[in-house]
Amino acid sequence: MQSQPNTAMQTQNAQNAALAQSAGARTAPALLPPVDIFEDASGITLLADLPGVAQQDLSIGVEGRHLTIEAPLKLGESTALVSVYAEVRANHFRRSFELSSDLDTGGIHAGLRDGVLTLHIPKLEQAKPRRIDVRVE
Amino acid sequence: MYPSMLRTPGDWFADFDQLQDRIDELLSGRGASSSIRAVGRAGAFPALNVGTWAEALEVYAFAPGIDPKSIDVSVEKGLLSISGERAPHAAAGDGGKPSQERSIYANERFSGRFRRVVALPEDADPVRVEATYRDGVLKIVVPKRESSKPRQIKVASGS
Repeated sequence: MQSQPNTAMQTQNAQNAALAQSAGARTAPALLPPVDIFEDASGITLLADLPGVAQQDLSIGVEGRHLTIEAPLKLGESTALVSVYAEVRANHFRRSFELSSDLDTGGIHAGLRDGVLTLHIPKLEQAKPRRIDVRVE
Repeated sequence: MYPSMLRTPGDWFADFDQLQDRIDELLSGRGASSSIRAVGRAGAFPALNVGTWAEALEVYAFAPGIDPKSIDVSVEKGLLSISGERAPHAAAGDGGKPSQERSIYANERFSGRFRRVVALPEDADPVRVEATYRDGVLKIVVPKRESSKPRQIKVASGS
């Protein structure tokens, strides 16, 4: 009879521990890279700050009208290094954007240099501003 | 079982996140007072991470899109200072099309002059500081003075 209340508490503790573990296993928050976005006649240009990202690790995905930029941050520091002060506390970047229907998602060009991603999304031909000549009959 | 009928098990996640944030705040040293010449703020450009090991102190500055030759890294009065300038994007992208119409939808990236200062510990050796720039991260290695490293002293038997 003495063991009865102990068992109830043990079950409660086990439940708490399981929840704590699953909470830790959720995806760690990603860094949101700051972006500059501007548009001209040829399409949209996006610049993103991705320091510590090498070209081969960068992943740019397009799913329908959804563009996702994802990349791991690799500092290459030695494992013996102990953090003293950290303003950057995640190890991967992620940001996504919705692309409007006048953009040509198949023609996206991207380049990464010195941690800056330059991405160009052209406009669909028919969406580009066109002048219509008026002929005199 | 639950303190209140309005709280669900899902709230435990929020509690753990809050606890994590508070611990992070304490351990990151943001609450600790800094040297008066090296007051920093998270959110300034470039962001800094500082780590240490037996041989050296390492400072990582996250500064993409800068010409490494133009970054000024100097040590004075026990302070490591990193300064430079990042040009705004429009200047780089324009080329020879000054009259092109352009709409700006986002301008979140930092541009302009920047300066960050890190107070170096007493055992830092300013003469042997090395800085490298790769993939937009400036890595500064500040070795520690030989004499300040832990040494074992042999005890000789006197006779």
